[in-house]
Amino acid sequence: MRYAGIDIGSRTVKLAVIEDGRLVLSRKSATSHNPLGIAHELMEGVDYDRLTATGYGRHLIKGHLDCPVVSEITAFVRGSRFFSNDCESILDIGGQDTKAISLDKDGNLCKFEMNDRCAAGTGRFLEVMATVLGFTLEEFSLAALSAKRAEKINSMCTVFAESEVVSLVTQGADRNEVALGIHKAIISRAAGLLKRVAPSGKIFFAGGVALNGCARSLLEQETDRPVFVPPDPQIVGAVGAALVASENS
Amino acid sequence: MADYTKMWKSLGIDIENHNALLAGLGQAYTDIFLSQKNRPEGMKYFDFVMSEVHGLRIKEIVDAKAEGRKVIGSYCVFVPEELVLAVDGVAIGLCAGAELGFEAAEALLPRNTCSLIKSMFGFKLGKLCPYVESCDVIVGENTCDGKKKAYEIFRPLVKDLYVMDLPQTKSETGRMVLKEEYRKFIAKLEKESGKKITVQSLRKGIEIVNAKRKAMIRLAAVRAADPAPISGLDALLINQVFFHDDPVRFTDSVNKLCDELEQRVKDHKGVFPKGTTRVIVSGCPMAVPNWKLPMIIETSNAVIVGEESCVGERGTRWLTDIKGNTVEELLDAITDRYFNVDCAVFTPNPSRVSHVKDMVKKLHADGVIHYSLQFCQPYIIESGPVEKELEKSHIPTLRLETDYSQEDAGQLKTRIEAFNERLKKK
Repeated sequence: MRYAGIDIGSRTVKLAVIEDGRLVLSRKSATSHNPLGIAHELMEGVDYDRLTATGYGRHLIKGHLDCPVVSEITAFVRGSRFFSNDCESILDIGGQDTKAISLDKDGNLCKFEMNDRCAAGTGRFLEVMATVLGFTLEEFSLAALSAKRAEKINSMCTVFAESEVVSLVTQGADRNEVALGIHKAIISRAAGLLKRVAPSGKIFFAGGVALNGCARSLLEQETDRPVFVPPDPQIVGAVGAALVASENS
Repeated sequence: MADYTKMWKSLGIDIENHNALLAGLGQAYTDIFLSQKNRPEGMKYFDFVMSEVHGLRIKEIVDAKAEGRKVIGSYCVFVPEELVLAVDGVAIGLCAGAELGFEAAEALLPRNTCSLIKSMFGFKLGKLCPYVESCDVIVGENTCDGKKKAYEIFRPLVKDLYVMDLPQTKSETGRMVLKEEYRKFIAKLEKESGKKITVQSLRKGIEIVNAKRKAMIRLAAVRAADPAPISGLDALLINQVFFHDDPVRFTDSVNKLCDELEQRVKDHKGVFPKGTTRVIVSGCPMAVPNWKLPMIIETSNAVIVGEESCVGERGTRWLTDIKGNTVEELLDAITDRYFNVDCAVFTPNPSRVSHVKDMVKKLHADGVIHYSLQFCQPYIIESGPVEKELEKSHIPTLRLETDYSQEDAGQLKTRIEAFNERLKKK
């Protein structure tokens, strides 16, 4: 049996297929203005017996592919255990959301917290700030890593932070130091969220921001806890949804 | 619905905006309530009440005024309806549950004010609420600093605002404060109505309100059954109608509904399949038409089996002792009854958590969703300790903070679905 999971996130659509307990296929593509179209493209030629959808667009897909849905929280719980069988705390920083999740010893969901409504401190926040500073996302992380000290960024509202960064740059602040300040701001906020829900133990770091090397090392420093990043941190939700599809069969 | 334009005009309602409000409300009601499956027959009465919420009921109030009865509006469960009835007055809860007139409200209030207060201003400034416009006296209760200060700004906007102070501690001094406030309120009611409260009239008032609360206690009890005989949305609606319908007719309708629900329980019939995840909603009140959260919960594979809220058990669960032989003794009994209310304005407020725990047990709930209105400090701050205490007793708890807007509906749905998945795994 082949089980597929599709995770329609705000920035990226991800697809994963599990067979005999192994991940046999994964694909991803930018969500664009047409998530349903992107989902169909990703599914093209993919053979599966059961499908489960998760992510922001899960209910959209449900209507078109007639599949069950599962919340992102549960999908990340299942997906994280696939990559790390003793995982008990998850931090997922995605496009629009930051989620902190704790699991019990058996891998069941205990508690979770999410950022409120706006995209303060998420991947989208980093994207906007990189653009303000004239970096690509890859350059942005490297620039931050190269800075010796960080400029303090006070605002976590994307629009306010943009003004703050513009103001710092016009005062002649070092671009790399501003970049580090931005990374520190989002990681300290995410770590705060995580500490409330799951105060100790190894951190399973998932979502697009986990690809950012500076964010990873700052998370380690900030929490003084080991951080584990799976091979592709963006597909954890899709893998989790595929596992849910297999459980429900 | 008959044409009430003339009546609304005479009350000073902004007809154009009010028509838009009713059209929106009617659509929301159809989408949220009438689309539910297996609704009890007895809900037809409440559907009718809602369809006439600004029509027939207002006409009754206007007619009562013509007979010389005084209309007393309020925003809070601390204003004893017993006392209003004892001077043959009409007690009504006022509109504060919709995101209406916020722009006008924000000209007078800070933006970071809770939706309930902003809505209270919005309805008044937009001339949208025939209830507010019908009132001879509006009672403001100091249940939080936001309301307390907002009433200072509200006063010049209305005909007669009477502010009632409330104690903040469950102490003997606190009880004395409440009793004195009720004594002052009696004086106000007697002056307004020209009627003196007697043992007989007060006892009659207490009996009417006790009967109304007894019916609500009966409704609350029947929800312990699985499958749930009534949806949480419908039960919330009844709790909302509690505040503005004629009390005797309302009591009768709730009891009739309960007859039907008790029969449903015997027949193992329900609105959701047996074994559906059961939650209790605890926290801030939900005034009409604040239905966002319950709608999301009940379309996410769970049923609400109880409301620990002022629009819910916090407002209905205690009865008033009727044994007293003097007005003073009856006033003591009323004070004792209302002093039980475990509003978050009290510090400390341990009985609230015990009540939530009791409800979880009695109603066989799987978890608690704690609802706070954004910027409502008493409930938001209390939500932390409430969550901690409940989780300590192995009661899964989800804390949510929201307002009357729809912008966070997607995020709320994700959280609630995830929470329900957690409860199902138990």
